Amino acid sequence: MKALALLATVVTGSILLYGTQDFPAWGDPTSPASTHLSEYYIENAVEETHAPNLVTAVLGDYRSYDTMFEMIVIYCAGMAVMGVLRRSKE
Amino acid sequence: MKTLQERARQRSVGENLIIQTSVRMMIPFIQLFGLYVIVHGHYSPVGGFQGGVLLGSSIVLMALAYDLKTTTDYFSERANIITSNAGALIFTGVGLLCAFLGGLFLDYAVLDRLIPLGPAEWRSMGIFLVEVGVGLAVMSIMASLFWDLGSGGSMDEGL
Repeated sequence: MKALALLATVVTGSILLYGTQDFPAWGDPTSPASTHLSEYYIENAVEETHAPNLVTAVLGDYRSYDTMFEMIVIYCAGMAVMGVLRRSKE
Repeated sequence: MKTLQERARQRSVGENLIIQTSVRMMIPFIQLFGLYVIVHGHYSPVGGFQGGVLLGSSIVLMALAYDLKTTTDYFSERANIITSNAGALIFTGVGLLCAFLGGLFLDYAVLDRLIPLGPAEWRSMGIFLVEVGVGLAVMSIMASLFWDLGSGGSMDEGL
């Protein structure tokens, strides 16, 4: 059973590593990620959001769904720990 | 000599005057820095998460230097639950308000219909409101995670 699990891990890992060969090079300006959205953010984000920092503009405005659910994840973790462990009188 | 021994016995474990005094002097500056980090989110790569963690770490530091009871005197369990829920509700509330005003969910530009400041300025303000919500929630969740995991949930004695 252990050998089977090891085999499955190795096979999955090598498939993933094989898949990374199709990725565009690191920081490639012609990759799809750099040709559509990044350009738009760099050109328009400061004008549209009045936030001088592009990271804040993307995280807080364009991708605020992501930030919201990041916070919800932390919130749920806290509530779960509180629900499981806490037994105070207050 | 005897009174000294008695006094030493009455102290709780780990109590130390030097640590307590320095922590008492450090905590206001840590909290001020946490507020700065939350508010400064527009200008440098910081924001609600980092500022909330800083604010929460000041409470953790207080719990380490004194004890868990001292922290719940300053920041009670009830206040903790209220601020964590308020933080989550500020974020989702701003998003829902935008939706009710006729825009998309979390499209801060439509808040311009409430107070006319200009859409771009409102998007900047919306980011700020959202960061405040994140900061509140993260601060209280960090504190309550430390309380629960440090004391095993009994909230009477911790680390």
